[in-house]
Amino acid sequence: MQSSDKESNQGDSRRDFLKKSSLITAIALTPSVAVKAAENQADERFAELFEKIPLNLTVNNKAYKTSVEPRVTLLDYLREELHLTGTKKGCDHGQCGACTVHVDGERVNSCLSLAVMNEGKKITTIEGLANGEELHPMQAAFIKHDGFQCGYCTPGQIMSAVACVNEGHTNSRAEISEYMSGNICRCGAYPNIVDAIVEVSKGGTKA
Amino acid sequence: MINFQYLRTTSAKSALALLVKDKNSKFIAGGTNLIDLMKRGVTAPEKLIDINHVPLKQIELVGDKIIIGALASNTAVAESSLIKEKLPLLAMALNAGASAQLRNVATVGGNMMQRTRCGYFYDTEMPCNKRQPGSGCGAIGGFNRMHAIFGTSDKCIAVHPSDMCIALTAFDASVVLANNKTERKILFKDFHRLAGDTPQLDNNLKTDEMIIRLEIPTNNLGKNSHYLKVRDRASYAFALISVGAALEISNNRITDVRLAMGGVAHKPWRLTASENFLKGKEATVENFEKAAKLAMVDAKGFGENDFKLQMAPNSIIEALTVAKSKA
Repeated sequence: MQSSDKESNQGDSRRDFLKKSSLITAIALTPSVAVKAAENQADERFAELFEKIPLNLTVNNKAYKTSVEPRVTLLDYLREELHLTGTKKGCDHGQCGACTVHVDGERVNSCLSLAVMNEGKKITTIEGLANGEELHPMQAAFIKHDGFQCGYCTPGQIMSAVACVNEGHTNSRAEISEYMSGNICRCGAYPNIVDAIVEVSKGGTKA
Repeated sequence: MINFQYLRTTSAKSALALLVKDKNSKFIAGGTNLIDLMKRGVTAPEKLIDINHVPLKQIELVGDKIIIGALASNTAVAESSLIKEKLPLLAMALNAGASAQLRNVATVGGNMMQRTRCGYFYDTEMPCNKRQPGSGCGAIGGFNRMHAIFGTSDKCIAVHPSDMCIALTAFDASVVLANNKTERKILFKDFHRLAGDTPQLDNNLKTDEMIIRLEIPTNNLGKNSHYLKVRDRASYAFALISVGAALEISNNRITDVRLAMGGVAHKPWRLTASENFLKGKEATVENFEKAAKLAMVDAKGFGENDFKLQMAPNSIIEALTVAKSKA
């Protein structure tokens, strides 16, 4: 992406700023229960609350051995820890589908999954879909059929679309629409998205 | 999200032992409702016990009962060839709920445990007897277009949003619950509860218990069954009204019938009076209309949801008509 290249050449990027400001917010939101624990000098309890949990998982065929706070969602882990920012945060409440990734081959909303719940799982994000420089057929189909305008929902749409084809829910345009209903597109590119899915379901669009 | 402790367990026994150790702990399975509520500050458990690895995912026919483990995913149940063949209404209801992404992780037990809720429950700035007992109900006299018309109390008029539970109520399912000493079995229709004076309680699961499995008697209602869900958009929205309808017809007489409605009460709403009326009668639109009228005897609107008083009987007639027409 051009924009991210530009950002990294400009000292403090938008993302760096966001990271810093979210750190400040995190301190401000220190849980009252922890404060209470600290007041009671319950050091052990305090330490326990902030303990990071070991986490082993594979993302786009690369193994990661790390540790995270229990409250970190899979979405935030992918974006903030692994810097895989292709997966988008839309509503952050499972209502829009922008955060859709595959976990062990099945599509899920990464915003409603705790990272620690994915121990030992294989995650695929939009960054892991292409084969080197060769686009996944669904990515190529989205380009061919103009399946987006602003593009914010597109990574989630494509991950969901790939799963929709794998599940076999592509027997009609109505069925595709039904099984893609967890992915909202505010630009309203739905007819073109369905066109792209129809083409891939028939074996089309090798880049 | 306020931080919490996280534990993982691989057996129901150890899960239940962990649960009784700390009353501020909660189980997490799919987490699609719980994490949402935690992000919004509606609930803040100090400890989450991850039960996703507990082996309760079976979907099988045992004798004349279909057994579904509490941790079977909504997708696994909806896509199961056994369920599609024996209980198509259940598969239809599941597929009418949530989105493909949510159904992939949401479990049967979690579907039952999702909160009966409304916008006021989610908005921590507003009064809500369910979230904060005694604070009042914002929906009564407020924005209540989505709210209940049956079995309401002056404390809460929220509705249980599950589609799956409508089919299970209709099928006389049972639920097996366990604590760390024993198991008990209750009827599915008695699992959820009306708000009454304690709207903070959605169901009759005790604080030391977990859901183990469902037991659903097989029936001959598969062929002529239909799940109708009326909502604000074509897919991925809560029901304004939903109806699960199943008929067994022989020589044009109704020999068995099940009717349950969603989007209308604090719990899945079985239409027993309508069923009793229809049994033995001819499967005609006239009789469906009479049954629908009977269903509405105790209905009460709250202003913005008054349209449900007409939409509900219309939906009952439509669901029965479509169910009957299936060849």
